[in-house]
Formats: sequence, structure tokens, C-alpha cells
Amino acid sequence: MTSHRRNVPAPGAAASQAGRARLLDVLWKVFVWGGVTFLLLNVLLLIATVGMNSIATRWFGTPLPQGFTLHWYAQAWRDFQLSSVLWVTFEVVGSVVVLSLLLGVPAAYALARAQFPGKRLAMLVFLLPLMVPPVTYGIPMATAMYQTGLAGTLPGVILANLVPALPFVILVMTPFIEQIDPNLESAARIFGANTFRYFLYVLLPLLVPGMLAAGLLVLVRSIGMFELTFFTAGPGTQTLVVALYYAVFSTGVRASQSIDAMAMIYMAITLAWVLIALRFVSPTQMVSRVKEPPR
Amino acid sequence: MSTLAANLAKAPRDSRGWLVAPALAFIVVLFLYPFAYGLVLSFQPMNGGGMFANYLQFIRDLSLWPTVFITLKLAVPATVINVGLALPVAFALRRKSPYQKFVTTLLVIPITLGTVLVADGMLSYFGPNGWFPQALHALHMYRGVEIRLTHNYWGVLISLIISGFPFAFLLMLSYITGIDPTLARAAATLGAGPWQQFRQIYLPLLAPGLAMTACLSFVQAYSVFPSAILLGAPAGPTRVISIAASEAAFESYDYSLASTIAIVMGFVQLIVVAAMLNAKRYFYSGPVSGGKG
Repeated sequence: MTSHRRNVPAPGAAASQAGRARLLDVLWKVFVWGGVTFLLLNVLLLIATVGMNSIATRWFGTPLPQGFTLHWYAQAWRDFQLSSVLWVTFEVVGSVVVLSLLLGVPAAYALARAQFPGKRLAMLVFLLPLMVPPVTYGIPMATAMYQTGLAGTLPGVILANLVPALPFVILVMTPFIEQIDPNLESAARIFGANTFRYFLYVLLPLLVPGMLAAGLLVLVRSIGMFELTFFTAGPGTQTLVVALYYAVFSTGVRASQSIDAMAMIYMAITLAWVLIALRFVSPTQMVSRVKEPPR
Repeated sequence: MSTLAANLAKAPRDSRGWLVAPALAFIVVLFLYPFAYGLVLSFQPMNGGGMFANYLQFIRDLSLWPTVFITLKLAVPATVINVGLALPVAFALRRKSPYQKFVTTLLVIPITLGTVLVADGMLSYFGPNGWFPQALHALHMYRGVEIRLTHNYWGVLISLIISGFPFAFLLMLSYITGIDPTLARAAATLGAGPWQQFRQIYLPLLAPGLAMTACLSFVQAYSVFPSAILLGAPAGPTRVISIAASEAAFESYDYSLASTIAIVMGFVQLIVVAAMLNAKRYFYSGPVSGGKG
């Protein structure tokens, strides 16, 4: 019976139906935007809490702390030996960026231009480290590194961080190289350039924007890469994230303000690079590779 | 094997292909070899007792096998919430606008800051003296029961949403902006409302991207590690599988058992991802075949 009635609308029902559709539309928008605003607001307040606590003298159950001070930053710098931690972080991230570009760009060139047996297999091998999460492959990798004595050393940490960075560079650079005109290569070859000279004088200058984007993305991801560094680092080779983890883990040993001051230093470094990176790449590139080429 | 040999004979030799060799060798040595090594190691138990002793121990040990379900109990709701929220938000922001740029820029922040910093912030923000409980108190939303959002299941789930939702959203957005908007406009000229455009045009075209986002979100949530320790109760309700694996490796130095746990973890992920990709096929064929009616 009800289904019959629905098929024969009464006069005026169309208008009320349109009204109801509009109401649903508004409710839906309120729901979606309310949800996003609530989430973003809480994330911003969460970050603000860390910032506020890092300059607080005493803060206990009141909306704002009793007083403000900057001495927690000096204390965090001393307590957590931040100068050496920052130097290690710089060495690790810098090496990962340089090595991933050095190894990744030629590989991306081969994948973009050359036809060779096993190309599909090579693509699959490069995709795997991006699909498998670091925790899953980090433990067997750390095990193998402990057996060879690489774990705990700086080269070990760099090699571990290179595993997800290298495929990332290759996947960003391959479509970038594909869109460069292949006639340039033919022209260079007619004038007698070999692959190396073509690479250095023709391709490399054209690749600079893509390499900049890939390098910045790797940099931002490597600063925040926790798991692999955590599994492979020794006491003297901790990066900033790992040092922050140990500080948060042993809350109570140090003042929470001191930990939050360290968190602020970490945040400032990361956000500075994120802002630089966002000038050259779109936010969606932070999580996935370059947009799918139009089919 | 025969196809590979045929390919080798057929494919033209291109010396430039060798440029891929250094990178490939690196990934083979540092990614594939450790995996194979771990697999072999997992069949050589440290304490003896046959090839499958570690796997049998995993099934029997009360501190090991429940971790699979504890992790699933966190990862599945987190994936459903993240992807379920990301889809409508990405759809609403599919056109290029200042809002799109603003929201995406803001959402990049929690991803790049990483889980450790989010955990540190949540400990003070949701902690007993933080702003969140203070605000709830001021709004008289307490009703006598204390709401605890740190050092339990909810803390870990919230941290998975804070770092997982932006990831799912940005991934979803990159898929949704890749869909030709003229298709939806064509549907609109034929009288399709926003809901119909979404249901009949976007959703079928988005199915592969949606499945991919769900898979990657799930894999990320399933390998939750630092926040489960810092924000959860790592001894009990949030003792996820990655904690069990790292304990075995770095506290009891039983690398063999640790490899076993890591391999079980990878296997469970593989099963769920395969199931999701299979589900996509049913989901995908539905709207297309019913599109004419």
C-alpha cells in the first residue's frame, strides 16, 4: 500500500519534497563542515597546548598557566643534548636526501625511457617498500643489521631511512621525466653527446624542479620517520623524533615543560620545511605520488 | 620461467636500462633480503623444538595471539571512520577553491608532525588538567562520570584518527580531482542533483581509488606503534602486534620469534587488503550495470 501511495504524489508534494531535499542538503553540509572544523580545532588546540606548556612556569588545572618563562628551552637543550641530536638528524636527513636523489634519478630515467627485460618486476620491487608499513619490514631489517653490525651506527640509520625514500623519489621522478620531450635526447645525440654528457648538460637542468620537489618531500618525510630510526639507532645515533619519543616515554623523569620545549623545537624545524616544501609541491603529494596522469 | 626467457630473447637491448641497477640492488639488499632472511629465521627457533615451534608458540601464547585481534579492533574502526569522513569532505572540496587550499594545508600539518608529537600533545590536551576536560567541565558535560581519553583504547583510536584522517583525505582528494568534472556537469544538465551525481558518476569512477585509500589507511592503522605505547595501555588493552614484535626483538633478543610475529603481521595485512580489493569488484560492478535503469 505504502509503495503505491509513494508513486502517486499529492498536489503540493513536489514543493515539500524540494524543501525536504534542501533541508537534507543543509544538514549534510553542517555535518561535514562541523566534523572537519571540530577535528581541525582540536588539532590546533592540541598544538597550542604544547606551545603554551613549553613557556609555562606552573600550569595545573587552570585555563592559563600562572606565569611565563623561556628557561625550559635552555633546560631542554642541555637535558636532551639537543645539539648532538640535531647534528645527527641533519647528517641522517641530508645523506638520505642526497643518496636517494643520486640513486633514484638514474633509475627513474631508465624506467621512464628505456625498454628492458624485467621492467615490470623492477617497478613492483620499487612499489613494495611504499606499500608495506615500516614496522613490518623494520623488524626483519633491524635483525639483519644487528647480525652484520650495521645497527646502531650512523650508516645503518641512513641506509634504513633510504629504504622508503628511494622508491618515493623514483615514483615522483618517473612521470616527471616521461613528460620531457624525447627529441631533446635525439638532438643531443646528433651533436655527439653520450648518455653521461646528455644527462649532465641537457637532462639535469630540466630536472631541477622535479628533483627539488622530490628532495623536499623526502626531507619532510625523513625528519618525521620514527619507526625505522627507532629500530636501528643506538644511543649516539638518535634523531630528533626518536629522542622526543624517549623523552615522552619516560615522562616524570623530566619536567613536562622541558619535553614540550623539545617538541616545539621539533615542530618548528618540521613546519619550516613543510612551509618551504608547500611552495613547490601540492599537499596531496605529501601522502601519495604525483597525480595520476590523465587517461 | 619460460615467459621470462622469452621476454629476455624478445626485448630489445637498451643499455640505458642498466641505470636502474644501483637502485634495484639497494632495494634487493636492504628490503627483499631482510624479508627473506626473516622468513628463514622464523623457521629456526632460538629455543629449538622443530621448524614451526615459533608459529605454534604464537598460536598458544596468551601474550601473542590476542594481539592480532587487539590490533584489528583498533585498525578496523579507525579505517572506517577515516575513509568514511574523508570521502564526503574530499567530495565537498573537489573543485579548486581557496577553501580547498586552506583545508589541505592545515591537514598536512598533523601528518608531517608525526605520531610521536601528536601523542605528546594529546597527553597534555586530553590529560586530567588539559584544556579538553576543562572545556567539558565548563560546559557541564561531565555528569559525574570521568571521561578518560589517554592511556586507554580511546586515546590510541583518537590518535589514529588525527594522523589517519588527513592521510585518507589527501589521498581521496588526489583521486577525486583526477575525475573529469565535465562528466558530472553533463549529468547535471540531465537533471541529476548533487546526491545523484555522487552516487551515479563519482562513486563508480572512484571505486578503485576508494579501495586503495581504504587499504593504505588500514595498513597504516594496523601497524600503529608509538602512539599505542605512549597513549595506550601497552601492557593490556592496546598491546598491539607491533609492540609484541618489538618486545621480542629488542627486549628478549629473540630475533627468530620477532621475525615470526612480523611475518604473521604482514600476512594478516595481506589477507585484509586482498579481501578489500575483492570487495571492490562487487561494489564496482553494481552501479555500472544498474546505471541504465
